[in-house]
Amino acid sequence: MFEHYLSIFLRSVFTENMALAFFLGMCTYVAVSKRVETATGLGIAVIVVQTITLPVNNLIYHYVLKEGALAWAGYPDLDLSFLVLICSIGVIAAIVQVLEMVLDRFFPALYNSLGIFLPLITVNCAILGGSLFMVERQYNAAESLVFGFGSGVGWALAIMILAAVREKLRYSNVPRGLEGLGITFITVGLIAMAFMAFSGIEL
Amino acid sequence: MRPIRFLLDRTEPLFRQGKPLGRLYPVYEVIDTFFYTPGEVAEGSCHVRDSIDFKRAMSVVLVALVPCVVMAMYNTGYQAHRAMTEMGITQVPGWRGAVLGAVAPWGVSGSLLGNLVHGALYFLPIYAVTMAVGLGWEILFAVLRKHEVNEGFFVTGLIFPLTLPASIPLWQVAVGISFGVVIAKEIFGGTGRNFLNPALAARAFLFFAYPAQISGDSVWVAVDGFSGATPLALAASGGLEAVAASTTWFSAMIGTIPGSMGETSAIACLIGAAVMLTAGIGSWRIMASMLGGAMAVATLMYVVGSPTNPAFSIPPHWHLALGGLAFGLVFMATDPVTAAMTGTGQVLYGLLIGAIVILVRVINPAFPEGTMLAILLGNVCAPLLDYYVVRANIRRRVLRHA
Repeated sequence: MFEHYLSIFLRSVFTENMALAFFLGMCTYVAVSKRVETATGLGIAVIVVQTITLPVNNLIYHYVLKEGALAWAGYPDLDLSFLVLICSIGVIAAIVQVLEMVLDRFFPALYNSLGIFLPLITVNCAILGGSLFMVERQYNAAESLVFGFGSGVGWALAIMILAAVREKLRYSNVPRGLEGLGITFITVGLIAMAFMAFSGIEL
Repeated sequence: MRPIRFLLDRTEPLFRQGKPLGRLYPVYEVIDTFFYTPGEVAEGSCHVRDSIDFKRAMSVVLVALVPCVVMAMYNTGYQAHRAMTEMGITQVPGWRGAVLGAVAPWGVSGSLLGNLVHGALYFLPIYAVTMAVGLGWEILFAVLRKHEVNEGFFVTGLIFPLTLPASIPLWQVAVGISFGVVIAKEIFGGTGRNFLNPALAARAFLFFAYPAQISGDSVWVAVDGFSGATPLALAASGGLEAVAASTTWFSAMIGTIPGSMGETSAIACLIGAAVMLTAGIGSWRIMASMLGGAMAVATLMYVVGSPTNPAFSIPPHWHLALGGLAFGLVFMATDPVTAAMTGTGQVLYGLLIGAIVILVRVINPAFPEGTMLAILLGNVCAPLLDYYVVRANIRRRVLRHA
């Protein structure tokens, strides 16, 4: 049993890394990776949001949206699974709001350095992607908790690596046409190529 | 040496600014400083006096690579000869046969020198294409972006062919080195500013773009239609028994096994390591910790064992002899530009690479060999490791003086 969860965790961190294997959450990934410090903060925020939203979405899916899930309320034929997308977004937005208030109250420095990007987690595709993968792969509540934590850690690791590389690249001499986002995208591609070492590992 | 200086001095005016070849000055510069110490002196007030610079450091690496190159040529010829004997072919096909017949008629007999010449006929075209295409890009960027052509490329250009199988099509060599030089290095501003080892990036690119010509069982021996799996591929499917049936540990150390041209001989890599460590070029921290990491994980895997995965049964000393571990450990992980810079960071970097090499070899069924990707992954993680080491230092010193 434990092995099963460990396998889900390791797969979501390395083999099926949200940022480097699926290229999800690219806008924040590229935009907030200039400094390791900020990237670490954002990474932790993503881990927290992902770990909370996935089990919540999982419960909502299993007890409200799935075909026949509303049998307990007297509607055994109702299939609301077309609402998965919008429901997930709603849940994510609500949880990010709560997280924002918590950070503002207890970690003002981190809150300030994350700035606009904290609300933007709402539209971070890695978070929504996690919820949709969870539905597609039919995880149960415990599995979705592990998967949420794992994919959050994987994304955080990826953005910290990119931020450290970009801090190093500050001393490089990039052709003018490629400065900024251009070179960052190439960097992401090269990092993803190195991460291919893990692709194909069956756990 | 004097005629060279004379020739250089005679041609130098042609390359001055405003002269017909003015734009090609980097070409002149690279040849001049390859033979002689650069004439420039420090302009600012702060400088370091040292007889060794990046150019000379890279020349030492070139010397250290010589045993690997010789073994690469010999083993390529040896493997081809063995395959030909097995298949009953007596004539080397194509232009190689003609050249071999002209310069070394005894070449197909499988003698030491014959194998060397035969192998050279495979290695040299690949090397020539690498140098021509790679240096072309280097010079183009140097001219357009007004920087110097760096000796780093000579090392890249020698390591890259050594990591390829002998039967690779030459156009793929050209495509690969173009990717390595342009995408992995030059667009970041040239040597010293890249974060991935260009030779490895080039090889990884070929590996993912054209897997048919760089992986599998039939590419490692330069004879058409001969299927000779690398010992590591045998190990992945049949464990130690399958490897021991095809070769001995001793010949795996010497390097007379199928594989990428330069990586088969662990002994040649050891000689290279001795040269580099004596000259103080390669980082002993990286070499030692990578060896330690690989041996630790290999021992762990060997002790744990697995009923379903035969690759667990390879003992650690076999891991060292097989595949590209030794070559990567000595020549690629120690690349001063892309490795970790801090002392502690280098130890962590080596441990990480060593561990991942063995992990990929043993538990990843997609790739029988993991050195290339493990080192690329190490390159990618190196800045983060450095960042934390530096942070820890700052925190410790703040505490000490608080």
